[in-house]
Amino acid sequence: MAKKMKFSIYRYNPEKDAKPYFKDIEVEIGDHDKKLLNALVKIKDDLDDSLSFRRSCREGVCGSDAMSINGRNGLACLTDLADLKEPVVLAPIPGLPVIRDLIVDMTQFFHQYNSIKPYVIDDRPMPERERLQSPEDRKELDGVIECILCACCSTSCPSFWWNPDKFLGPAALLHAYRFLADSRDQATNERLDDLNDPYRLFRCHTIMNCVDVCPKHLNPTKAISRIKETMLARQV
Amino acid sequence: MSLPILKFDAVVVGGGGAGLRASLQLSEAGVKTVVLSKVFPTRSHTAAAQGGISASFGNSEEDNWHWHMYDTVKGADWLGDQDAIEFMCKQATDAVAELEHYGMPFDRLDNGKIYQRPFGGHMADFGKKPVRRACAVADRTGHAMLHALYQRNVKAQTHFFVEWMALDLIRDKAGDVVGVTALEMETGQVYIIHAKAVLFATGGSGRIYQASTNAFINTGDGVGMALRAGLPVEDIEFWQFHPTGLAGAGVLITEGVRGEGGYLLNANGERFMERYAPTAKDLASRDVVSRAMQVEINEGRGCGTNKDYVLLKLDHLGADVIDQRLPGIREISIQFLGIDPVKQPIPVVPTCHYMMGGIPTNYKGEVLDGVDEKIVKGFYAAGECACASVHGANRLGTNSLLDLVVFGKSAGNSVIEFVKTMSDHKELPENAGQYSLERMAKLESTTGEKVADVRFAMQVCMQQHASVFRTQKVLDDGVMKMREIYERAKNVVIEDKSTVFNTARVEALEFLNTVEVALATMVAAAARTESRGAHAREDFPDRNDEVWMKHTLYYRDGQKLEYKEVHTEPLTVDYIPPAKRVY
Ligand SMILES: Cc1cc2nc3c(=O)[nH]c(=O)nc-3n(C[C@H](O)[C@H](O)[C@H](O)COP(=O)(O)OP(=O)(O)OC[C@H]3O[C@@H](n4cnc5c(N)ncnc54)[C@H](O)[C@@H]3O)c2cc1C
Ligand code: SF4
Ligand code: SF4
Ligand code: FES
Repeated sequence: MAKKMKFSIYRYNPEKDAKPYFKDIEVEIGDHDKKLLNALVKIKDDLDDSLSFRRSCREGVCGSDAMSINGRNGLACLTDLADLKEPVVLAPIPGLPVIRDLIVDMTQFFHQYNSIKPYVIDDRPMPERERLQSPEDRKELDGVIECILCACCSTSCPSFWWNPDKFLGPAALLHAYRFLADSRDQATNERLDDLNDPYRLFRCHTIMNCVDVCPKHLNPTKAISRIKETMLARQV
Repeated sequence: MSLPILKFDAVVVGGGGAGLRASLQLSEAGVKTVVLSKVFPTRSHTAAAQGGISASFGNSEEDNWHWHMYDTVKGADWLGDQDAIEFMCKQATDAVAELEHYGMPFDRLDNGKIYQRPFGGHMADFGKKPVRRACAVADRTGHAMLHALYQRNVKAQTHFFVEWMALDLIRDKAGDVVGVTALEMETGQVYIIHAKAVLFATGGSGRIYQASTNAFINTGDGVGMALRAGLPVEDIEFWQFHPTGLAGAGVLITEGVRGEGGYLLNANGERFMERYAPTAKDLASRDVVSRAMQVEINEGRGCGTNKDYVLLKLDHLGADVIDQRLPGIREISIQFLGIDPVKQPIPVVPTCHYMMGGIPTNYKGEVLDGVDEKIVKGFYAAGECACASVHGANRLGTNSLLDLVVFGKSAGNSVIEFVKTMSDHKELPENAGQYSLERMAKLESTTGEKVADVRFAMQVCMQQHASVFRTQKVLDDGVMKMREIYERAKNVVIEDKSTVFNTARVEALEFLNTVEVALATMVAAAARTESRGAHAREDFPDRNDEVWMKHTLYYRDGQKLEYKEVHTEPLTVDYIPPAKRVY
């Protein structure tokens, strides 16, 4: 059954608008339009081609379409329209500069990610085939490697809002943990030294927003406390 | 109007698996390279690959690359080039070991080696029985691979232009490729990127169909650009329909489900694949399974009120196996259909998935023009946008991820060699960016059709006229309709004329590529009067090697078709002669 749904969407085009504003729009929802992304695509296709947002996979693996949905960060492609209170208020994920409408500048976010050396460091000569890793050691990486770098977590973290240049934020910290936890990585000390900083790691005050919003059900806070434990263990 | 010019030794267009493997090769060799991508690299559709990457490690049982090669040749229904296939299968274990060395978090066996699962068409001993060859990271293999490759590129300090869209190839008078034009989305500025070598890794174009497992950004840009530059596209009539797309949603459910022991049921609760493929059953090649499903549906044995899908049963695997090996598809099924596969079977239909055809290349990634395979200087391609041709008329599952890393690397190496021979850049032709600017200016016109409307017409047409089963009448009608749609596409316009991050403009430019791919597909399919791999003709049910064991070349100019020989000489081993394809 087709029905109409009301949206209130953050709009800002720097060429035209002195400041951002919210624009109301109604769109017909068809039987196959299950997700918020379906509705946005419909608005863009049928009603207003200037509405700007990122999207690609439409199945929650590419991390493109993070946005603030009725005040809470999430992926449009994984959000059921049926669960949303109307008017559905859509805004860019908070804390990063807005380029246009729902599109934010992610430079800072990726900068933090790159800064934790997000690659396995192992300078030993490689065997001809794969390095061996036990299933138990490999299991340590579950719940971490599924991250799609959508930034839902970091942009819902108050500490990241205040210090996006100094505090790594939950996503980058999750990855910092990912490489500490990988039995193949040989740079544990170096990594811990880098994290042992009043800002990079220790600005996390366990507010847990990040855990609430992660669309992949990951737990950056747990990863952060594991890093802290590892750091403590090293000191004794 | 003169455009700003940026100079690099090499430009890689595409930051998916193929592009990132190529750029890694180039960065590590110190070649001054830039990677352009429409999206941040880890958002490329390689991230959606689920089931695995093939390599005959034999970690669970005996296996070797000769068997892998045989399966690939047979899967391709003898339309693959056997030199390229040998090259790929032989390199597979090294290529996958390399990924492990880059940090890709493969699942492991108790002895610490990489976990491997069975997959469609992977057989031991030249087609005798299924073998475990697909190296997997649960059902998120592509995501893990793409991230590992991106991470390694961070280490190698690869230079990226993120959210840049390449618009057109620049060729000089001699026909050599000397750069591309590209749009920086954030500013709306168009640049000329002047390079000694251009490497395309722009991925597939599944968005020509209405129902597709592909992402919105899979719009065939590389093929569109090559066609507009006067180059041919090879074997474009061959599109893989994956047996298990989620009914109604299009999202993929990996063949790994059947690899782990799941199977298909019709409305009578019958495991019908036993009738169609007595040995391999549900693990027959994808074209075979998709056709079987379509026959079941066509003959009234489909499920649901409209009898328009079949069921994929896996609850018997138990929650533990599903959560360990297939957690992603459980999530997808719950997310998009509200069905938990631990308890209930999943409704599935054959869904457009993969473009076997593409820009013609040899196994070194060099682009080839014409029937005599003349090398196009300065131009390279790898991954789904390229046709090496290893997948021929039907790709085996897990052979694409392998293709990305093997040919991404070899194309990268070819660029390194080529760039060494070029002391300086070749000169840009006069008015190098003119063509792109004219194409863009057309979109600004005040009268014309909306992109979304013409795109929808194209997708419906492809779905109805170039689907799993094809006949002359349906295809001929399709050609007629597609030609009309192609004309309409010349007059699409955008309402939003602004410069900053104009996604309407990007979508319009993408569509102008997609529609090239769609028309090429229809024209090439209507001409091939045989059934081979994924191209199944009801009116010509048999493969006809005498007439049709040849590659199609389609040119945009005059919508012309030519045919070239299949490479029958492998690099070192004996030719695998055509045989009947039974599973
Ligand atoms: C759902 C799904 C599951 C799959 N599962 C498997 C599997 O288990 N095993 C397997 O082997 N294969 C699988 N495949 C196939 C395989 O994943 C793809 O063929 C492969 O990932 C394509 O990789 P690519 O590098 O060629 O292109 P992509 O990963 O699609 O990347 C294309 C890149 O090109 C860029 N680009 C495109 N056009 C332009 C332009 N004009 N300007 C700038 N940049 C541009 C994009 O931004 C992107 O970075 C699957 C496919 C799908 C759809
Ligand atoms: S738990 Fe830490 S990282 Fe997560 S939101 Fe709170 S402060 Fe930020
Ligand atoms: S941890 Fe979750 S919310 Fe944060 S970037 Fe990764 S997937 Fe997104
Ligand atoms: S569109 Fe890819 S995560 Fe939503």
